Amino acid sequence: MRAVPFVLALVVVACAIFGVGRAIGSSYAFFLGYVVVQYIVLGTAWNILGGYTGYVNFGVTAFFAIGAYSTVALYKLVPAMPLPVMVLIGGAMAALVGLGTGYLTLRLRGVFFSIATLALAVVVQTLITNWDFVGGARGAYVLRPKLAPLIGGEYVQYLFVVMLGLCVIVLATARAIERSSLGYGFAAIRDDEAAAEAAGVPTLRLKLIATTLSGGFMGMAGAPLPYYVTYLDPTSGFNLNYAVNAIAMPLIGGTSSWLGPVIGAVLVGGLQEVLRVTISSAANVLVAGVLMVAFVILAPQGIVGLFKRRPK
Amino acid sequence: MASSLTVANVDAGYAAVRVLEDVSLRVDAGETVALLGTNGNGKSTLMKCIMGIVRPSAGSITATIDGTAHELIGLSTEAIVDLGIAFVPEGRRLFPKQSVLENLQLGAYRPKARAELQRNLDFCFETFPRLKERKGQLAGSMSGGEQQMLALARALMSAPRILLIDEPSVGLAPLLVSRTIDKIKELKEGFDLTVLMAEQNFTQAIRIADRGYVIVHGRIAFEGESAEALNNNDLIREFYLGA
Repeated sequence: MRAVPFVLALVVVACAIFGVGRAIGSSYAFFLGYVVVQYIVLGTAWNILGGYTGYVNFGVTAFFAIGAYSTVALYKLVPAMPLPVMVLIGGAMAALVGLGTGYLTLRLRGVFFSIATLALAVVVQTLITNWDFVGGARGAYVLRPKLAPLIGGEYVQYLFVVMLGLCVIVLATARAIERSSLGYGFAAIRDDEAAAEAAGVPTLRLKLIATTLSGGFMGMAGAPLPYYVTYLDPTSGFNLNYAVNAIAMPLIGGTSSWLGPVIGAVLVGGLQEVLRVTISSAANVLVAGVLMVAFVILAPQGIVGLFKRRPK
Repeated sequence: MASSLTVANVDAGYAAVRVLEDVSLRVDAGETVALLGTNGNGKSTLMKCIMGIVRPSAGSITATIDGTAHELIGLSTEAIVDLGIAFVPEGRRLFPKQSVLENLQLGAYRPKARAELQRNLDFCFETFPRLKERKGQLAGSMSGGEQQMLALARALMSAPRILLIDEPSVGLAPLLVSRTIDKIKELKEGFDLTVLMAEQNFTQAIRIADRGYVIVHGRIAFEGESAEALNNNDLIREFYLGA
């Protein structure tokens, strides 16, 4: 298939990044890398719905936290379960919620859909805050094993590898969508939904596919989080940072292509980490916010849009 | 083989607002029928009912495609497009940020139409040479007349048997209106189509229509069995010609 060379290239890049991390040998490098790659996954997942079909989802934290809390619940039920299985289950839960949300809200268009997703985040947060089994408002501790399985070294290396693998899958999916009739259908919905329907594009079905994929991948991005932070409470799991970054990064990088969220996540995520270390961790959201405003005004097509000119 | 359309006793509306009341009309095989009426009388709603975008509360809509009858009410829009009915929505409704070529490809989104994509594309470019010249251009950057041509061509990409056109004259200069109407006649003959066209521009519409209906406040007020009958009708004088 045409996608094979691309996936192979992604795998090679991922291996190379991991190799560099190993060569540096600092656990900070892995903690930093994890955050950036997590944002690539989260941003790309958001972009499948927000960028390709134009439905802006403000409820990122709902899906992200469903993935994370699914891991907390599984950790309490079956502590020995391998992390990739937890990621799959967390993704499946979030995908189901995505499908349900889509079914309930996709009759709403434009800003009304966005408001409904905002409400979803509040509803899910309230539910989790009041669910004692996963720690409720007190939060839950997850004990991180000391050593990484399979690859050896510190456990954070394993977390990083899992996230890299996820990143390869998500990017391959996003690119495959762009080049398929699915992607054309999404673009038609974004441009003019009524016309898409009149042309025979099955709009409701395509939108449900988009919400399910997007929600599922966001859940997967959140699933390893409890092992990364070791203590998860609703305030941090539903932190506004995740939603702002997941939206800002694709907008800054460019929403029309799979490369956009990657560029946005590396740039903004990297910059945030630098500022966190050099100035203050409070500067994080500020950076994303200011950059987002600047890009919306100066380069609405994002960084990718600056380099891409459509043929006349 | 011939394709025809029958609308019988249709009621429809949006929530509490009743738009269509007991509307019946027929488009026989190979005919061009004009649906005449000024703004807000229910022309577009009727078109949307036929396409399954608005669901009627009563009545039946039957399409006979190549000799087989299908009840359209209850079918999804994409299933109706699959049957061979294409719709040119009011105001053209192109995908402005897609190229001309991409707009045409989206017209052939249904798997059935996709199989014939290249052949239909060649047909469209042959009929509208202008579109071939501009196939890489963004649809939103073309002139109104060109956009209308693209909207017609996009509808033809699904290889329809029945073509519904909602107000082809909207937003066009008078000269372009008459050119568009001529083009519709040419397409109808070239592709052996059955055409239902909603239009406010009475004089232009009856140039190519075999028959016509006048719709007033959601009811069929007059049924003209020929263009002449329409021309000499009092209602038409009252509503259009202001006499």
